[in-house]
Amino acid sequence: MPVPEALEFFVDPARCIGCNACVQACMECDTHKGQSMIQLDYVDRRASTMTLPVICMHCNSPTCAEVCPADAIKMTEDGVVQTARKPRCIACNNCVLACPFGVPKMNTRMGLMMKCDMCYDRTSVGLKPMCASVCPSQALAYGTRAEMAALRPNAKAVNTFQFGNQTLTTKVNMMVPLHTRTDHVDVTAAMHEPTIGQNMLEDVFDDVPVAGDA
Amino acid sequence: MIQKGNPDPTELELQTKPPDGRPQAEQPRWRKDFPIAWPQDEWISRRELTKFIVLTSGALAVGQLWIVFKSLIRPRGRPFPEEVVATVDELPVGGAKTFTYPPGSPPRLLVRTGRWEFVAYDQQCTHLQCPVVPQVELGRLHCPCHDGEFDLKTGDVLAGPPQRALPKVTLEVRGSQIYATGIEENLG
Repeated sequence: MPVPEALEFFVDPARCIGCNACVQACMECDTHKGQSMIQLDYVDRRASTMTLPVICMHCNSPTCAEVCPADAIKMTEDGVVQTARKPRCIACNNCVLACPFGVPKMNTRMGLMMKCDMCYDRTSVGLKPMCASVCPSQALAYGTRAEMAALRPNAKAVNTFQFGNQTLTTKVNMMVPLHTRTDHVDVTAAMHEPTIGQNMLEDVFDDVPVAGDA
Repeated sequence: MIQKGNPDPTELELQTKPPDGRPQAEQPRWRKDFPIAWPQDEWISRRELTKFIVLTSGALAVGQLWIVFKSLIRPRGRPFPEEVVATVDELPVGGAKTFTYPPGSPPRLLVRTGRWEFVAYDQQCTHLQCPVVPQVELGRLHCPCHDGEFDLKTGDVLAGPPQRALPKVTLEVRGSQIYATGIEENLG
């Protein structure tokens, strides 16, 4: 049963409070055997408390699947990129290294790449994914676009990412400030910046207006 | 969304967008053969299935014909050399030893079944090549792998999975020496 099209996933890193609830809730999901698929990233741990949850963005051009030599990573008809198919996965780690967002995780004990599949057992029957159902600040939110627009008047959803020369459109949306002029997020823009004390916002959304500009 | 069944999903647009962003017509052929979309990946067209069946059964038929051909051109009745494989005193009654005949062959088994009676067979069971064990008091050769039984007098199958009798090495006792003179393959 496909994931309903009206319901979408929205990630808003600015709302993340770093509570790790999503990481814990992810373990409860039945589709990846008690292993958490969410990684809570610390953006600049020394200078800031800012964190952001990393879930699979479900690209329309999944780099993990493109690099898979065993043809093991498949996308279901509703655009959800699934964990590698066990009979095919050769645990080569290509997907882990290739993913622009750092999502796939290699389970060496099982010899299987497992990744966030948007809690396919839940979302395919219209339930929220585990992480979105527990997130207290709704940095991970799951609902309709109309709901989101009403709840977040100062943000807009962007689902286009630039990864080198590759443009990715994703099923999962990233919330960015409403008046940002760019329509995409450059995944690698800040790659070569030293992290300590940098204001990453300026690099990722190259023209965030100063206060009052909008 | 791609429906299962008709229409053939491999004829539809690729569900995923190739990383170079070029249209589907310019994409290499392997992209259609290894689609990322699950329904397209699982789809087997009638033509593909027919191709698979024809090719595999064709390969099977060719293999069988090859075996027939090989067995037709295989030299038969090639004279075997005579070779001393043991001396009479070497084995007690009921004793056994392995030897190779002709040299470099798989191991053969020589068994002394009576005072002047010797038999020799291939040591490899005709089922899956496990070594057989002589059980002289029971008058048979036993294969422990799958409980195959062979007659010690003739090499014929008595029980178990083997379908063919053990190839027999013909022996001749001259004086105190035992000569191997040939191999009888009874393909019965």
